Amino acid sequence: MTFDERYFAVGRLDRLSYGRSLIHRLDPRVKVVATLLFLITVISFPPHEIVALLPFFLFPVLLLTLGGIPAGFILRKIVFVSPFALTIGIFNPVLDTRTVTVIAGLPISAGWLSFLSILLKFVLTTGAALLLVATTSFPGICHALRRLGFPPLFVSQLLFLYRYLFVLAEEAMRMTRARDMRTFGRRGLGVAVFVRLVGVLFLRTVDRAERIYGAMLSRGFRGDIPMLRKFRISFGDLAFLAAATILLGAFKFYPVTEGIGRLAQGVWP
Amino acid sequence: MHMADALLSPAVGTTLWAGSVAVGGYASKKLGSRLDDRLIPLMGVLGAFIFASQMINFTIPGTGSSGHLGGGMILAILLGSHAAFLVMASVLIVQALFFADGGLLALGCNVWNLGFYPCFLVYPLIYKPWVGDGKNPGRILVASVVSVVAALQLGAFSVVLETLASGKSELPFNAFVLLMQPIHLAIGIVEGVVTAGVIAYVHGARPELIESMTASRPLGPRVSFRKIMITFGICVIVTGGFLSWFASTHPDGLEWSIEKVTGKGELPEAEEGIAAVLKGIQQKTAFLPDYNFRPPESEPKTKEVSSDWPGIDSGTSTAGIVGGVIVLAMVGFIGAGIRFFRRGGPAR
Repeated sequence: MTFDERYFAVGRLDRLSYGRSLIHRLDPRVKVVATLLFLITVISFPPHEIVALLPFFLFPVLLLTLGGIPAGFILRKIVFVSPFALTIGIFNPVLDTRTVTVIAGLPISAGWLSFLSILLKFVLTTGAALLLVATTSFPGICHALRRLGFPPLFVSQLLFLYRYLFVLAEEAMRMTRARDMRTFGRRGLGVAVFVRLVGVLFLRTVDRAERIYGAMLSRGFRGDIPMLRKFRISFGDLAFLAAATILLGAFKFYPVTEGIGRLAQGVWP
Repeated sequence: MHMADALLSPAVGTTLWAGSVAVGGYASKKLGSRLDDRLIPLMGVLGAFIFASQMINFTIPGTGSSGHLGGGMILAILLGSHAAFLVMASVLIVQALFFADGGLLALGCNVWNLGFYPCFLVYPLIYKPWVGDGKNPGRILVASVVSVVAALQLGAFSVVLETLASGKSELPFNAFVLLMQPIHLAIGIVEGVVTAGVIAYVHGARPELIESMTASRPLGPRVSFRKIMITFGICVIVTGGFLSWFASTHPDGLEWSIEKVTGKGELPEAEEGIAAVLKGIQQKTAFLPDYNFRPPESEPKTKEVSSDWPGIDSGTSTAGIVGGVIVLAMVGFIGAGIRFFRRGGPAR
């Protein structure tokens, strides 16, 4: 993915988050808490666990379908960020070659199991973060953080960051485009020009911050950004949180997959 | 070098979260008490600036590969420790959410590795004393390179420690260190040169800017380390205490319930800590008494035992595979069903 594509993907994620589905309308706090619970549960499985992780795919699938989020888009983003986890994980099959079991004549080593386990956890956890932001507007998340006890100063500047992310990104894109048009081959792409570009961008940024501050002062800014939309936790929100907790607990503490497998084996001997 | 959720254990993840939240709370308290509001938009917009500057690439001399600006150190130099730490944390939050770099649970680790070290260790201890009043470009260059390298080395080393402590990767310590440190040495040198260049450029173009930023910010260099360390220590004790309480009280109850469920008491002696608890809970809740597919790490790592495995659990692993296929099919079916009904059936 080139830089522009990455940038536009952020914009797309942002647009998705303003949907009006069932999932989008849940209180942001509830979604943040549920996501954290989900992450901790998934991560708490031992390094070689695979089958017990499979039921957890129910959650992303529900969010994708109920929230109307395009699955391919989320999957592409997950694949794009996978290199680090893959690089570290791929050493497991090399280093841990004890044979655990033989399936259809193929010996399966413990290393491959743990690698597969890392992969599954990676897809689940990365997907959870992306789906949280695809179904919850970023101001909503900031508001949730604020209500969950994060300092107002921190939340305010986080909101500023988000708001000006797109403005400054476009400015940077214009600058790189201008540079690319004036460069031939590799000339002009070196450190010297880069340093000046970033320096100029920095100066413009500081001036912009000054103007923003002046504009906000004249509109009554006192160091805090209030939100017009008031969030109240409704019965539906609590029901969602309760259902998620119960399901997570069930998937964590009962070998659901194995149970189903055994049942199936009982039905078709 | 963003840490990933999939490589973390809950204990390591939550401990580092506690540490980062403690430092963040401390920093915002410190800032809040002597802040003029001017700093809030400046911090936010500079966070956006870090993103924007990462969009501009440059070619690294001699290699032809491209690099970009990292962030932590340049923020610390421009904003001072406290504000820079908060901005870095925000940058990482946005990266975790929108770019899926790292993860939400690994956010604690990432803020620690990429925020705490440059802002609270390297900046006040290396950069600030070295550069002094910041009039000498040579000193700025050397100090920036050394600082960025030091911060990145600390960060990379922490990634190694966090991964190993989590026990998801089989990489031995030595190999992992040899993999991480040299790469980040190279990155650090390039990034240090670039950081120095940007600082020098801004200094040359608008010298009053850096001076006024330095003057207006609250006590950059004089950070009370004792306080941070005490806060962090308390967090570690609370988290560790909570987890070890969890670990020490549960086995008794567990043994009892294992006895009830499976008829045989006593967990294997060798296990301690959170892994034992989690595994114990798994055992306790095995509603199928002969459920015997145990994660291999619970077995003593010897050849004889591993050669026994196929015989022991071929039955359960088939159940696992059959169940896995069915579960995935069910999940897919549910998803397809919801999609179908949301579109209002085949008529449309």
